[in-house]
This record gives sequence, C-alpha cells and structure tokens, in this order.
Amino acid sequence: MKKDTYIFGIETSCDETAAAIVKNGIEIIASVVSSQIESHKRFGGVVPEIASRHHVEQIITVLNEALEQAGLTFKDMDAIAVTKGPGLVGALLIGVNAAKAIAFAHNLPLIGVHHIAGHIYANRLLEEMKFPLLSLVVSGGHTELVYMEKHGSFKVIGETRDDAAGEAYDKVARTLNLPYPGGPHIDRLAAKGQDAYALPRVRLEEGSYDFSFSGLKSAVINTVHNAEQRGEVIVPENLAASFQASVVEVLTEKTVRAAKEYNVKQVLLSGGVAANKGLRASLETAFSSVKEVQLIIPPLSLCTDNAAMIAAAGTILFEQGKRDGMEMNGHPGLDIEAF
Amino acid sequence: MKTLAIDTSTYALSIGLADGEILLAEQVTNVKKNHSVRVMPAIESLMKEVDLGPADLEKIVVANGPGSYTGVRIGVTIAKTLGWTLNIPVAAVSSLAALAASAPVTGGLVCPIFDARRGQVFTGLYRLVNGTVQTVIADQNILATAWCKQLLQQEETVLFVGQDSHMHEKAIMEEMGDAAVFAGAAVPYARPAALLALGKKLETDPAEVVPNYARLAEAEAKWIEANEKKAAGRE
Ligand SMILES: [Zn+2]
Repeated sequence: MKKDTYIFGIETSCDETAAAIVKNGIEIIASVVSSQIESHKRFGGVVPEIASRHHVEQIITVLNEALEQAGLTFKDMDAIAVTKGPGLVGALLIGVNAAKAIAFAHNLPLIGVHHIAGHIYANRLLEEMKFPLLSLVVSGGHTELVYMEKHGSFKVIGETRDDAAGEAYDKVARTLNLPYPGGPHIDRLAAKGQDAYALPRVRLEEGSYDFSFSGLKSAVINTVHNAEQRGEVIVPENLAASFQASVVEVLTEKTVRAAKEYNVKQVLLSGGVAANKGLRASLETAFSSVKEVQLIIPPLSLCTDNAAMIAAAGTILFEQGKRDGMEMNGHPGLDIEAF
Repeated sequence: MKTLAIDTSTYALSIGLADGEILLAEQVTNVKKNHSVRVMPAIESLMKEVDLGPADLEKIVVANGPGSYTGVRIGVTIAKTLGWTLNIPVAAVSSLAALAASAPVTGGLVCPIFDARRGQVFTGLYRLVNGTVQTVIADQNILATAWCKQLLQQEETVLFVGQDSHMHEKAIMEEMGDAAVFAGAAVPYARPAALLALGKKLETDPAEVVPNYARLAEAEAKWIEANEKKAAGRE
C-alpha cells in the first residue's frame, strides 16, 4: 500500500502570511491565512516594508495554527514547500527562511515553489488534473495563459505586455474614487450597471494570446476626464460595467481560442481575480458550448493567496524528486518555465 | 546549555555556538553578500563541525536590531522558527549592545555605531562595568551631530566602536573633540561570544520575538505626518 504524502506549505510572497498541510496533493488537512489587507488599505496599496514587518510578526502564530488545526507535527510531514518567487523580495524571505529553519530542525526535504504554479495547483484541491490543460491566471500582478502538457511542466503561451488585469482594476477603482483593493468594488458596481460606454477591446495582433490593459485603463481615465470637462455626470455603475465587459470579453475570447487550438481537456481559472463574478459567469457561458473541455473554477478561498496551493504544487515537485538546498533564496522575478 | 547565536543585522554574518560557559565556535564573515543565501548553510556547517545536531540545541540567541531591516528579519525569522519548532527559548539581544560588549575594555562609556544613511546613525550609549554592559541611553535612530550633543553632556570620554563609525568620524570629532576615542579596526563588528554572553539571562517565547527597527517604515512615518497635519488643520 502506498504511504500517504503530507506536505507542509508556506506562502509569504505578498500581503498574506499563510501555512497549510495538504495530503497526497489533493486534500487540505489544514489551511491558515493571516491577511494584512487592513493595514495596507490606508496606503492605497501594499507597502513592501510594512508587509515584511507583518510577516515576521505573524509567522509563528500562523505556522503553529496549521499544525494545531491538523493535529499533526513535523514528524508526520514528508517535506516543506515554500513560495520562493515571484513576489516582494523582503516578504518572500520570511517564508523562505522559516521553511529552511523547519527543514533543518527536522531534517525534511525543502522545496521551493513558483507562486503561479501554486495558483494553478489550487485547482487540484478541487478536481484531478487532466492533461493537456490550460490555465488562465489572473491576479494583482499576473495575467497569463499557461499551457501544461503534464505535471510540473508550464509553458506561458500568452501574458500581459503592460498592466496585469488586477492592476488595471485597482487603477480604474482609484479613478472612480473606490477604496483599495478595487477589484471587488468594480465587480459589485458592474453587476448593477450597463455596458453603456464604448470602451476598446484590445486584442493585439491576429492570433496572439498576449494581453494589454493599459490602453483600456487610459480610455477609462479619459472618459471620466472628458465628462468632467463637459459638465456631464459619470454613472459609476455603467463605467464599471463597461470596463469589466472589455476585460472579461478579451480574457474569455483568448482563453476559448487557446483551449481549442491546444486541444486541452481542462481549463483552470487561477489567481485572485478569479474571484471576479463577471469573469466566472462569462467563462461558464463560453465553455458551456465547448463540451469537450472541462472548466474548473475554484472557490474564492482557493483563488486568493493561500499556502494549500503551495503545498499542492510542492507535492508534485516532491514526487518528481525536485529539492532545494539550504542556500535557497527568494526570487522576486522567478520564471515559471525555468524554475 | 547548548546555545546557538545568530547576528545578521549588518553586513557581517556572525554565528556562535556555546555549551554553558564553554565557547565552542565563532564564525564571522564580513562581506557584502546575501544573508538569506548564507545563514542556514553557515549554521548547518558550523554545528556539524562541533558535532551538534538541531535536536541538541537548548537555546537560541539572536541580535534583533537595530540594523539592516532585511538582515535583522532574516536572523529573527530563523531564530524564532528554530526556537518554536525545537521547543526551546529564544533570547533577543540588541545588535548595538552586542557590538558595545565586544569592546576590549573593562570599563567606561562605549558607543556602538551603525550607519543609517543621510548623516544618521543607529546607536545607543553603554557603560561597561566589570565585564557587564549597562544601557545608559537607549538604542535609537538619530543624526550623528545631534547624538554627539547628548554624549557631551556625559562629560566623559566615549569609545566609538563598529566599522561604520569611521564614516561619521569627522562629524563626531568636530562635535566632541578629545571626548571621542575610536576603536577603529579593532572592533569592526559584534563578536558572537558577546552576543552569547548577553543572551544568558534573557528568555522569550519564540513567537513573541520581533525586530527592533528603531525607525518607522517610511510609508508609515509619512502617513502619521499627513494625519497630524490634518488634525492640526482642524483645530
Ligand atoms: Zn497570488
């Protein structure tokens, strides 16, 4: 009988301090997320130095709670998996050094995980992966289409050339005087409005799977500016709906096209922006007519940053024999194809 | 009591190991290299050298600042995680006190200096008495010239230690003249032995150990300043 694999995961790449235990790469035994969002709200965004300060204060409480939730100890673990990049370097270093200390203390294998690989593997906590598959990764810092032929293999077939979708959401939210983080506010307003402003759909050159959102963001700012000059009143619900319609339409169209071209069995939605109701609904509608492709959309708790996803991705790396040494560093710009 | 000491609050990477009163090992490398990459391998190899495994450790002493924000956090994170997971206490010692205690004197006022850029220093004032270190003025972040004015009020010679002190030597000499003495290259950084000695009587729950930055994060300072201005405007 095959022994169960328990991986302890740690995630500190941005503004969540998180720890989790995952069994066999598919079952969450414990998951703890301590969010700093309240502290960063007053600055209108995540301040790296303050994020690092919170991580070092919170880390033991979070690690301890994960073990207590599971009723397990490190003796029950097979390896420690930790986000080694990309992310804020000072924040990454807290998780990386805590992971190293645990690995050293208990003589456990140490596994550095790519943050986006983690987001993609969050889906495996829901449904077994079927290859080849495609993942649409949308988060504060990323908008990518990642193709996976098999476990642990990642090929970026499209990515943003300027702003990530999440960044565009935050900037548009600021233009509409909505509080940080803007994504959920835009999503909520958009549900109440109509696509009444003719905003552009940026598709780039024929056949490209890349994205660009800075032009759309500028179009929103210009719309607001021009309305002010003409003394007209902007309807925030409609502007939010128009902006969201443009983002969602481009994301959905490119995802469907790539899914067909690459003949994938599954499409996985990943990353924080996957919590967006407009995007979820649009993908569901689009894929309802593509019967050969299974669309997986994780629950909100697995879309945003957490450590279960890191442990899930770490499990595959563990099974593939990948290990990091005590000299492991944090890599703010880590490449998913090469890690 | 088998104790591990870690100091990563400046460029110097310092590791010490002691068994009770016996100093087993001291290792300092003083190069501008990445602490995150080097600390754990250094701890691992030094412990191996003296035949200690992680399970043998009974206490961790860590220099918790002030100093380089990132450097201090790396040392503190490793110390508190090791302490927590090995279920042993952690002692957090001032990085400046450890440097002061490394001065080769048995008495007098000692002022450790870490550069804090733009004419500022992280510093404190300590008195060495029969091999013990007493705090005279608490650790702080201050303009070197303003600090010297406080030191002059002691009406006593002050020994400056730390490799950054030469960066401020000219400004200090101008303010203090004969009242300032420099240890120069003799005391460039804190000795792990000094850190171990200072940690002897201290014990903290590992989860509670946090850095002492001696300075607010820049964004936080600006936010407080803006709020104070707003409050003043309302009055
Ligand atoms: Zn993320």
